[in-house]
Amino acid sequence: MIEVQNLTKRYGSFTAIRDVSFAVAPGEIVGFLGPNGAGKSTTMRILSCFMPASGGSARVAGYDVFRESMEVRRRIGYLPESVPLYSDMRVAPYLDFVAEVKGVPRSARKKRVADVMDRCLIADMQSRLIRNLSKGYRQRVGLAQAIVSDPAVLILDEPTIGLDPRQITEIRALIKSLAGEHTVILSTHILPEVSMLCSGVVIINRGAIVAQGPIDRLVEEFFPTARVEVEIAGPTVAVLEGLRAIAGVVRVEEGGAAGDGVGRFVVESARGRDVRGEIFQLAAQQKLTLLELRRVGMTLEEVFIRIVAGEESEAAAAAEAAPGAAVTEAAP
Amino acid sequence: MRIWPIYKKELRLYFTSPVAYVLLTIFLFIAGYFFYSIFAFFTRSSMQMAMNPQMGRDLNVTDSVLRPLFANLSVILLLLMPLVTMRLFAEERRSGTIELLLTYPVRDGAVLIGKYLAALTLYATMIAGTLAYPALLAYFARVEWGPMLTGYVGLLLMGGMFLAVGLFASSLTENQIVAAIVTFGVLLMFWIIGWTAEFAPSPYGAVLTHLSILEHNDTFAKGVLDTKDVIYYLDFTALALFLTLRSLEARRWNG
Repeated sequence: MIEVQNLTKRYGSFTAIRDVSFAVAPGEIVGFLGPNGAGKSTTMRILSCFMPASGGSARVAGYDVFRESMEVRRRIGYLPESVPLYSDMRVAPYLDFVAEVKGVPRSARKKRVADVMDRCLIADMQSRLIRNLSKGYRQRVGLAQAIVSDPAVLILDEPTIGLDPRQITEIRALIKSLAGEHTVILSTHILPEVSMLCSGVVIINRGAIVAQGPIDRLVEEFFPTARVEVEIAGPTVAVLEGLRAIAGVVRVEEGGAAGDGVGRFVVESARGRDVRGEIFQLAAQQKLTLLELRRVGMTLEEVFIRIVAGEESEAAAAAEAAPGAAVTEAAP
Repeated sequence: MRIWPIYKKELRLYFTSPVAYVLLTIFLFIAGYFFYSIFAFFTRSSMQMAMNPQMGRDLNVTDSVLRPLFANLSVILLLLMPLVTMRLFAEERRSGTIELLLTYPVRDGAVLIGKYLAALTLYATMIAGTLAYPALLAYFARVEWGPMLTGYVGLLLMGGMFLAVGLFASSLTENQIVAAIVTFGVLLMFWIIGWTAEFAPSPYGAVLTHLSILEHNDTFAKGVLDTKDVIYYLDFTALALFLTLRSLEARRWNG
């Protein structure tokens, strides 16, 4: 549904994104992740036909965003990060205007606008001036204008930013309900949101794609081992030895003493192998007091931090080696 | 071409904010004051001429009321028209709504024409308010309807050109004040550009004269519909609209 190939965008001498390639299958919700300034908004602006790329190509719903821009625009709903709305218009007339511009036929328009307002929970705000709406309602009106023409592809730039926790839950539920009939690409830097909503993820950092794929696979790729955190009272050396002797344990890391004679350890074992039972047996046999035994779930968040932090330290190393090169790259 | 929804939206925005009402009120108030003072002067002259019929032969409504009235209206328009158009693109850019507008399935040209026609409609409404004056005139004096009609045609053509220049200025900036000042500066410069014509070497003097707005605006009120003048306004309008379209496109590339 969305195919991006070697997309590059330069502003003067500053390269916002370079050689970005990814694909989104129909009906999928893909999270577009990255720290601030990584190039998320730039990519979305190109996909939504707001601005042309400097190089590479992007196809949305089978049409090229540059050469067949009108065809693409007929098939997308776009919500920019700043949620720009006409503050002097009222909600219902505004949505009617958007529906008309997007080519919803006159006969279907009224019903369509009413449906969308119901779906986005803004029906009771329909005769309010947009300038008087709270941030949460503005966000929902923004989402409503994106889906009013029932487009095949939705491009949402940080749809939950600046909302309170309840509104976030509502907007997420709404987005989730769009999956299947719509293909959605949404950018965010709230990681749990991605795990909750998206089937796939594309991680971008400093203008380049650093990882992409289904979330489970990414987690596996970056964390091939399962981890268990153990807090145990007893002589450190003996405990370490005992833990290492357990079959399937790859690595044991000492997490420092947690108190009087109590040690903390992180036990890594092959994925799919649960060693908690054996740790308990070990403690029982050696008459050690087991204080805590906890499985540490590897989340997307840790993948993300590892990737971005890894890139950063690489960049820092590169900067030390060649200071001049890093300066030119960072200059906006 | 989906011009219609854009047109409706712009017109709605004019009339849901105080802009249109304030413009209409101020314009008609000042225009009415001009009409009153010109007509009062005409009335007094008529009385004086009545005592001296030989001089009164030259006195008529077209030359003594309509021509000065249209000339005065042009000056008010020079001041007010930049305010009609300053919002059209600058505000969309400042508030970011242009990012959505330019990703809807409408061509830039349709957006431009929709906005232009909305501004033209507001302008036509302003001008329509002044139709009360000829109606009043006709009650008291003999009006020549031909020059009256051409006078209004001239006013519409000139206003249309002012709006196109304003639209172009508005597309260049996200600051409405800057758009208004640029529009005013450009229009005023073209208004008086003919003043230096007599000091310029021979071919250039004629060019400067022809470029001057002032040079083209009096003939209409005299009842003359000269293609030279009509084409001047239409050309100027088309050029400004074309430049606006280019400016929109250039802004896309620069993000």
